[in-house]
Formats: sequence, structure tokens, C-alpha cells
Amino acid sequence: MNVTVQHRISSWGPSRVYLRDWIYFKRMWWSVLIGSIVQPLMFLLGVGLGVGELVDQGPEAANVLGDTSYFAFYATALLATTSMFVLAQESLWPTMDGFTWSNAHQAMISTPLNATDIVFGKMLHYAVRGIVTSGGVALVLALFADTRSFGLIPAAFVGMLTGLAFAMPIAAWTATRTTDNSFPAILRFGIIPMFLFGGAFYPIEQLPTWLQPVAWCTPLWHGVELCRGLVLGGLSLGAGLGHLAVLLAFIAAGILAARVTFERRLRP
Amino acid sequence: MSVTLNPAAHTRIVPAVVFDIKRPQRMVERSIMVARRSWMVLLSGFFEPFFYLLSIRIGLSALVGDVEVGGELVPYDQFVAPGLMAASAMNGAVFDSTMNVFFKLKHSKLYDAVLTTPMSAGDVALGEIAWAVLRGALYSTAFMLAMWALGMVQSPWIVLSVPICVLIGFSFAAIGMALTTFMRSWEDFEYVPAITLPLFLFSATFYPVSQYGDWAWLVQLSPLYHGVVLVRASNLGEWSPALIGHAVVLVVLAVVGATVASRRIERLLLT
Amino acid sequence: MDAIASPVVATGLVKQFGDFTAVAGIDVEVAPGEAFGFLGPNGAGKTSTMRMIGCVSPPTSGSLRIFGLDPVADGRQIRARMGVVPQLDQLDNELTVMENLVIYGRYFDISRSDVKAKAKELLEFVQLTEKAGSKVDPLSGGQKRRVSIARSLINDPDLLLLDEPTTGLDPQARHVLWDRLYQLKERGATQVITTHFMDEAEQLCDRLVVMDGGLIVAEGSPQGLIAEHVRREVLEVRFGYGRNIEMMPAVDGVGDRIEVLPDRLLIYTDDGDASLSELHRRQIVPESALVRRSSLEDVFLKLTGRTLVE
Repeated sequence: MNVTVQHRISSWGPSRVYLRDWIYFKRMWWSVLIGSIVQPLMFLLGVGLGVGELVDQGPEAANVLGDTSYFAFYATALLATTSMFVLAQESLWPTMDGFTWSNAHQAMISTPLNATDIVFGKMLHYAVRGIVTSGGVALVLALFADTRSFGLIPAAFVGMLTGLAFAMPIAAWTATRTTDNSFPAILRFGIIPMFLFGGAFYPIEQLPTWLQPVAWCTPLWHGVELCRGLVLGGLSLGAGLGHLAVLLAFIAAGILAARVTFERRLRP
Repeated sequence: MSVTLNPAAHTRIVPAVVFDIKRPQRMVERSIMVARRSWMVLLSGFFEPFFYLLSIRIGLSALVGDVEVGGELVPYDQFVAPGLMAASAMNGAVFDSTMNVFFKLKHSKLYDAVLTTPMSAGDVALGEIAWAVLRGALYSTAFMLAMWALGMVQSPWIVLSVPICVLIGFSFAAIGMALTTFMRSWEDFEYVPAITLPLFLFSATFYPVSQYGDWAWLVQLSPLYHGVVLVRASNLGEWSPALIGHAVVLVVLAVVGATVASRRIERLLLT
Repeated sequence: MDAIASPVVATGLVKQFGDFTAVAGIDVEVAPGEAFGFLGPNGAGKTSTMRMIGCVSPPTSGSLRIFGLDPVADGRQIRARMGVVPQLDQLDNELTVMENLVIYGRYFDISRSDVKAKAKELLEFVQLTEKAGSKVDPLSGGQKRRVSIARSLINDPDLLLLDEPTTGLDPQARHVLWDRLYQLKERGATQVITTHFMDEAEQLCDRLVVMDGGLIVAEGSPQGLIAEHVRREVLEVRFGYGRNIEMMPAVDGVGDRIEVLPDRLLIYTDDGDASLSELHRRQIVPESALVRRSSLEDVFLKLTGRTLVE
């Protein structure tokens, strides 16, 4: 026992928390990046091009989409939806793992780290995961003439923010659970309906009128609209800032809630 | 020497475990015991296809209009629903037979415990595949009802889509289980979606095979494509001898998968 | 070989995994109604032997007969008459305690009504009636172990295999288990037990073998092994960490055998008090001295060495 350590309290708590996730991520980043490039590429080739051809020949295309191709319409939404799926899942099982199965969060709290460090550490992890995911999609979109634009760069960050707007509130919820029984239902009744009805596949004006205000309340719709606007244009500055504000509000609310639930869970 | 006297050890063509299947139904009994408590999850399984179909009906169907299948114009939602039905049979079976089986094999040691009783490895393999198939049949029925509720059913022959999906499920469960026995850690499961996602997207699920142009032959290689063709035929109520070929592909996959799976499970557990 | 006479007969039994030999040729015969123990450090081949007896691991060579049957060809019939408590609990986490017992009985093809009655009776036996409806996960280690034992008894086994039945349990839980296993023995069930707790082996086993490196290095009853391999008592003296070896010449000739450890000297002797008086007569004053009865642990350490194997 010849290694001595100094007793000190780090002011970089969240980065210490993140270290653990980073060690995993470092081992896996290659497959994560490949996944976030190959997967959207397949969706674009499989759905975007094929269904796009059908839609563009279809009876309503000009009415509904104007002069935007269906491919461009669908592809830009992927920036937000892919990150939503990845980060929603990341804030369920892998986050639950820290509270129950591996008890990593309990172990951290017995060091000088506190619950808030863990919240921000997780957020750092979601953010890195999110930007790699959205960045991969943006790279793919740059391959196609319809979606090649400098707007892809800010749009990748908006994709990440959309993911965080889900991950932070869900992480707050996860911290209150002792089993993962309810998690499939969150995906089935929360995430998937948003994916299907949140303006990714067709404009929400196609929805029944009573359903449209519901779509306005979901972070996904704001993320999709903002990504689409940044890449394809046609979005006013005011509307853009409005969408951004909604995303940030969801993230902020999620952080506040998570600080409370993490604290309660770890120091009951 | 008592060890070399096992006659079953000398059969090569039919794996030894096939002779040793007596009560696979006990594994199914166990699964039902577990499922009884999580019936909510089963029930919620009905809503997922419903949401997908509803979304397509509301949005995409209007955008696309009609699609030509074998010289006949079909509304897009009626075209795409059978594709999704076949795909969901595949996805359910793959999940059940990969992640689920791996967990029981490596983590909960369920099968180790079962094999200390008079149950055999063959009982376990067949019992688990049977449960995956049974569950698949439930989901497929739910899917069919969702299609019917949304007015996407064209012919009463649609009832045959359930047994067809059971066959699809059986094939993919058998193959999935066989692959699972080769997996070493959870990281290996990253490759599962790398196989199922392309199958899902490129099996003429979302648009007619003619749209693939020069690449159409490649689609034939997808086992799911053969399932999609069969389900689509049942919805249109149009049968042709060519469909037998599609069914044979699925049957062959099922037999190969089940054979490899039970042989490998025995090797893994009885060391 | 009379099947009823000997539930387990092994001759020249060998188990190899590739190049590694786990069991290197052992001869064992377990008598009916006997509690038979396999002792040994980790990696001695105990669990491999148990798995072969449990018909879930085919022997590489040698002969093995369980109830006079071949475990490879007749595994099903043998397992039908056997109960197994594995080293790590393999309970079904998705089911309740009661359901665990019921489905396990169903694997033995016991009718649903019979198995329910039997399960109730067994839960009473292991004092877990009030936990019948609980899931397995929240139970304590001792409770899970008791569920495992109850489950292994669902088919009224003629032969019970217990692989380290009390590892990881607190003293209360161990004693409850010992008590239950003793009751089972009185009812005539043959038990084969592995353990590395010597007190457990002394408590539970009529006869035992000590295994090391895949071979049997000693065989006998607990008392017989102590008499054969060590003296009746042990005098433990301490002279301070690391200085014990210097005292060896001075202590030489006291007792029958002396073992030097970094922290103390062990003097094996028939009369500990007399040996201590001898030390005092030689004007040797240790920091501390303790006289105790020899245990199986001393036999074990003598036979298998003190080096950590892992």
C-alpha cells in the first residue's frame, strides 16, 4: 500500500460522474457512430426514397408539401427522431442501472459527489450520445442534394437538444422507479405515438383538428420543425426562437425535476 | 464403459435431442405463469400496431393514394398493413428468441435449473420456441383486429394471415435462437438490428417490389419478403401456386434453425 | 452392483474440459441413507463431480452409476429421483416462491393438485409459508437458500445433491438449514454435500472425502480423519508478526508437529495444556497462547496446503 492519495473535493463533479459513462462509450463509440450513420442511411434508402417516389407521384403531394420533395421532408425529421429514440432509451434502462442493478449511483454518492453532480453527469452523457447520433444523421443528409446545406450543422445540435428534452424528464421519472415494468409502456404510449403523429412523416395539418394542439405540446414537433426549417429554410426567426425556447424549457424542467428525484432516491 | 453406450450419441442426421422430447409443454406452462402477471404488457401490444396503422391511414395514405399490385390498384394503407404485420411477427419472434433466451441462458440460469429435473434440452428448446410462436399468434391476431377496425381488410381470407405470421414467427424464432447460442456477451446483440432492420426496410414492406428496379432479385434473399408476400396475398384473397414456394422458404428456415438451436443448447448446458 | 444398495458408485471417474482436467480419476461409493461430503479448496473438482452425478455433465472416462443407471443414457430416469441444490440459487426470478415450487414439480410431471399440496407442506418445512406469494428477488440470501432446498424436495428425492448449501449465509440461517438437513437425513434421504466449511462437514457428514487437484487425498469419518492426520489438540502461540520463525529452534520438541505461519505457531499435540507448561518450563513467554481442540480445518489445511488457489 504505497500509493497515497490526497483528500480533496473536486469542483468538476459532473465530469467525474460522466467518466464512468465515458469509459463505456469509448469502448463502444465506433459501433455507436456506425449505428448513427448506417441506420438513418437505411431508413432514407428504405423509406425516404421508396415511399418518397410514391408520395411525389401521389395526388396530394403538391398541396401538402409544396415544392419540397417527400425525401427532404422526411429526412430532416430524422435529425430529431433518431436522437429522441436513442436518448429516451438511454434515460430508461442504462440510467435505471445506476440506481438498481449496478448501484453505481449509490457508490458515487458515498464519495464527495452529490446528486446534482450525478444529474449533470448523466446530462453530459446524454448530450455526447445525442450529438454523435444527430451528427451521424447530418453526415448522411449531406450526401443527398435535396438536404445538403450548412443548416445541417445547427440542426444537428437541435437534434441533440430534442433528445435532451426527452431524456431529462424521463431520467427524473426513472429515478422514482424501483422496477423497469413501466418502461415499455413509456416507449409504446409516449415515444412511438409522438414519432408517428408528431409531424415526422407528414405535416400535422393532416391530423384531425383536435389532435393538432396535442402535437404542439410535444417537444418532438418543435424539434422536427426547427431541424426542417434550418435545413430547408422557410421558417421565420420568431418561430425558430419559439421552437428553441420550448425545447430548452423541457430540458430545464427535466433538470429541476431530476435534481429533486435523484436527491430523494439517493438520500432518502 | 458406461459412457460410450449412449445409442443416441451416434445419430448424425437427426440430432440426438429430437429423440428426447417428452414434455416441452411444461416450458410453455411456465411462460404462461409468468405472463399471467404481465397481461397488461400483452394488452398494450395491441396498441402499437394500431398506432402505426392509424398514423398511416391519417397521413401517408392520403399522400400516396393507390399502389399497383399485380395489375390491381390497392389503397396504400391496405397495401402496407400486411407488410407491417409480417414485420411485427418477425420482430416479436426475434426479440423473444434472442435477448430473452440469452438472459435465461446466461444470467438467470433458468435452463440450468430446469435441466436438473427430468426435463431435457430438447424440451427446453422446443418449449421456448413454442411459447414465442404462441405469443406471436396473439400479437398477430391483435394486429389483424386493428386492421379490421381501421377498415384495411379486403378479403375474409385475412384470417389466414394469423397462421402465416405464426410460420414467420417460428422461422425467425428458430434462427434467432440458433444465433443466440453463439453469442458471448450482450455486445454481440448489437448485430441483431443490423440484420433485422434491413430486412424490415427492404422486404417490399413499404412499396411494391417493382420499385427496386434492377435490385429486385436481391429482395428475394430476404426471408421476411416471402412472409410479406404471403400475408399480402391473404389480405387480397388472391392465391397462386407461386405462394407455395414462398412458404417452403420459411419452412426450411424453421427446420434448420430449430435443429441447430436444440443441438447447440445441449452442447452449452450439458458440459 | 445392487442399485438399491448404493445410490452413487464411481470408478476411475475423470472429467476434462479441453486440456484442463477437473477430476483426475476418483473412486467413490455412497451408501443409502448416508450423508456424504466432498471437501476441498476452490478448483478441487467438487462441483464438476457434483454435475456429473447430477447428470448434467457427461463423464470423460471412467464409470459412474447412479441408482445403478448410466447418467448419460438414463439421465431422465435418474433426475426424476434426485433433488439438486446448486451452488448459486437458480430460482426463477419471474415467479413467486410458491410458483417456483409448483412449476418445478410440474417439470417432474407431478399433477397440479398434488404439487400444490406438496409445495405448501415444503414451505412450512423451511418456515417460509408467509413468503409464498412473494417474488424471489426481495428475499434474503438465507430465505432464497431455503426456497432452493424446498424446491429440491418437491419430488421426494431418494438422493439429494447439495453444492455448498450454506455459503454466504449468516449463522442463524446456517443453523436452520443444518437442522432441516438433519431432519431429512433422519427420514432416510441420501445426501451428497460439497462444502469448504469444516464445521459444516463435521455437523452434516457421516463420511467424507477431501479433494485436491481433482484427486481424493483422504477419506473417512470426520473424527477418523482428525485422529489420522492431526493430534487431538492444537496449541496456538504468537510471538509477534514475522518473528515466529525465529522461535522455532527454542520450541522444537514441544508437541508432535509444529507449523509456522507468519502470525503464529501451531503446535499439534495430544495434550495442549501439558505442551504449554513445557513452554513455560523452557521460559518461553509468547504474546498470547490458546489451547483448542483440533478440527477438520486442521486436517484440511494439512492435506491441501495454505496457498490461495483461485
